[in-house]
Amino acid sequence: MAEKIDLLETEVWDGNMAASQAMRQAQIDVVAAYPITPSTPVVENYGNFLANGYIDGEFVMVESEHAAMSGCIGASAAGGRVATATSSQGFALMVETLYQASGMRLPIVLNVVNRALAAPLNVNGDHSDMYLGRDSGWIQLNAYNAQDAYDLNLIAFKVAENHKVRLPVMIHQDGFMTSHTAEGVKTLQDEEAYAFVGDFKPMNAMLDFEKPATYGVQTEEDWHFEHKARQHNDLMTKVYPVMEEVFAEFEKKTGRKFDLVTNHRLDDAEVAIVAMGTTVDTAMMVADQLREKGIKAGVMGMRVIRPFPFAKIAEVLSNVKAVCCMDRSSPGGAPGMLYNEISGALYNSAKRPVVTGYVYGLGGRDMTVEYLKGIFADGLENAKAGKPTTPLQQFIGVRGPKLNFL
Amino acid sequence: MSEIKKIKNLKEFSTSADRFEGANLLCPGCAHSIIVREVLNATNDDLVIGASTGCLEVCTAVYPYTSWDASWIHIGFENGSTAVAGAEAMYKALKSKGRLPQPDRTPKFVTFAGDGATYDIGFQWISGCFERGHDMMYVCLDNEVYANTGGQRSSSTPVGSSTTTAPAGRVSYGEKKEKKDMIAIMAAHGSPYVAQVAPNKWKDMVKKIQHGFQVEGPVFINAISPCTTEWKFAPEDTMMITDLSTDSLVFPLYEIIDGHELNITYRPKNVIPVVDYLGAQGRFKHLFKPENKHILDGWQTRVDRNWELLQRREEARV
Repeated sequence: MAEKIDLLETEVWDGNMAASQAMRQAQIDVVAAYPITPSTPVVENYGNFLANGYIDGEFVMVESEHAAMSGCIGASAAGGRVATATSSQGFALMVETLYQASGMRLPIVLNVVNRALAAPLNVNGDHSDMYLGRDSGWIQLNAYNAQDAYDLNLIAFKVAENHKVRLPVMIHQDGFMTSHTAEGVKTLQDEEAYAFVGDFKPMNAMLDFEKPATYGVQTEEDWHFEHKARQHNDLMTKVYPVMEEVFAEFEKKTGRKFDLVTNHRLDDAEVAIVAMGTTVDTAMMVADQLREKGIKAGVMGMRVIRPFPFAKIAEVLSNVKAVCCMDRSSPGGAPGMLYNEISGALYNSAKRPVVTGYVYGLGGRDMTVEYLKGIFADGLENAKAGKPTTPLQQFIGVRGPKLNFL
Repeated sequence: MSEIKKIKNLKEFSTSADRFEGANLLCPGCAHSIIVREVLNATNDDLVIGASTGCLEVCTAVYPYTSWDASWIHIGFENGSTAVAGAEAMYKALKSKGRLPQPDRTPKFVTFAGDGATYDIGFQWISGCFERGHDMMYVCLDNEVYANTGGQRSSSTPVGSSTTTAPAGRVSYGEKKEKKDMIAIMAAHGSPYVAQVAPNKWKDMVKKIQHGFQVEGPVFINAISPCTTEWKFAPEDTMMITDLSTDSLVFPLYEIIDGHELNITYRPKNVIPVVDYLGAQGRFKHLFKPENKHILDGWQTRVDRNWELLQRREEARV
């Protein structure tokens, strides 16, 4: 039986430690993992817990990220709690198996410590890897800081393993900015955390020999579409109710409130920034500063990236006049993902705000307070004019002459 | 430790409880189904079976049907080994936590995969599983070609074989590279048991499979699986071709215990010339043109050399 760790009410943890501690508290049965910067410490911390008797489960150090997720799939189908962590190139290597995990409806929890994708090689945080996974049929939760990384890990198991959901969940945190920055993290004691996550309840376990299960069959044009449609249906209709229930239970236990989207002073806002990761926290601070000057600024944080909270977004942005969408991934010859998807959510709204897009922070380039002020200023101009006054796609913080498109 | 199943004769063996049904889509005459039945019938224990993408996988689990009366998983082409390794890790975890659904059972973990999935695309995953020492059996159904996708060469394809990606043509005799020695590579991993088997020698096969199930750790079995479609012989000749393969010593039957103790398990009374084996298959037909005589000669030399090597290693006991 694993030893417990007595935690302080507030521990000083970075995002990686926050995620590893939550994984330890969830009493995972199998972790199959492979190290990669900047998520390596998650795997190292977990190994350290094991070496010191704080973990009972199996820890399988495999030979690649593809094998890590392959092992997680086999373990999960066998019938138990499974999680792992990765970043960037490792995530990219894993992509094939991500689709297989979700297609087999396996409740695996994956910590993705976001990092840029090569070439050129870069170890720092941006959202390219996160974007790569967005059609993979996983639930994607977004942490803005270390506290979120801890909380969302506990929440993720409970959502993924709910028999109405049975879908894998990623928890995203920004590489280095969150993963390696020590912050105060409010904790739950081991018993409380485990009681919240709950016992794993198997379904169609391969290890139940009285009822053998088959995973990963062939379906061609006769059934493939129905399987994919059912998975999409469940993502669109089954996840939110369970997630909102789990958020409510978590708030009751901790006082910390999560929503499908983070609504920061949007109700009377004229201009809003939509962002993910650490930029959400910075943008909220900037919005507060602007509010002091009488500027009606607000921020929408994308807490849940998949399933995309289409209706909720239309609702919270319904009175905003201008929306600035912040994509931290090179769109590769298109408008940014957030620009496209937020525009889609708002196109049929009554007041249809002006939407503009910004590409920023690639390869770990900082998003500063000054940049955010400039983006809010753009938005204000758009709000006043009732139409775009800037190009629809601007690159922020890149060297050389200003880079605009569309 | 589970009990070893007693098998008296072929009739009993071939009719004992089937966990792999005859209702499948494999070609008539395909050796895969024979090998799979021989493996599964060697034990009464519960099974968790993994399959890599390939003929066996696409022919036996097409929704909403399955030919398997056992827990079964397929992920992709390369990771049938790791899928089963993951399940084995979960078995260990739940066993130590006291949460197994049937704690008194002694399940066996088995992966079936073709030579493409084994020698080529899945090589890294297998190596990882064997290095980590999962308690599992990996059975390669070696038909020396990517049969499922229509006969492309793999690194198991032998010299002179005509495949769709290395066909015999006006200026080519087909495959130029020698077959990869996967058995030696797996033995070098320190596996407790590595063996080559053939479906015609069923007693030898059962003995090896049962040995493999008894040892703890990763076991590698290379099973010759003559492919009526890609080797180009009549479906009713599968066993005849298998006999030619073992009796010409193209496929010698042997085992390697703990990575070093090599035992030859079948010595043909009358060793037949390699050309008899090659000549029975369409994939080698072009080798019998006069300009390819050197390839035929090379074949016999190679087989003789390999047999000599195996015998010396057996004697050396190192």
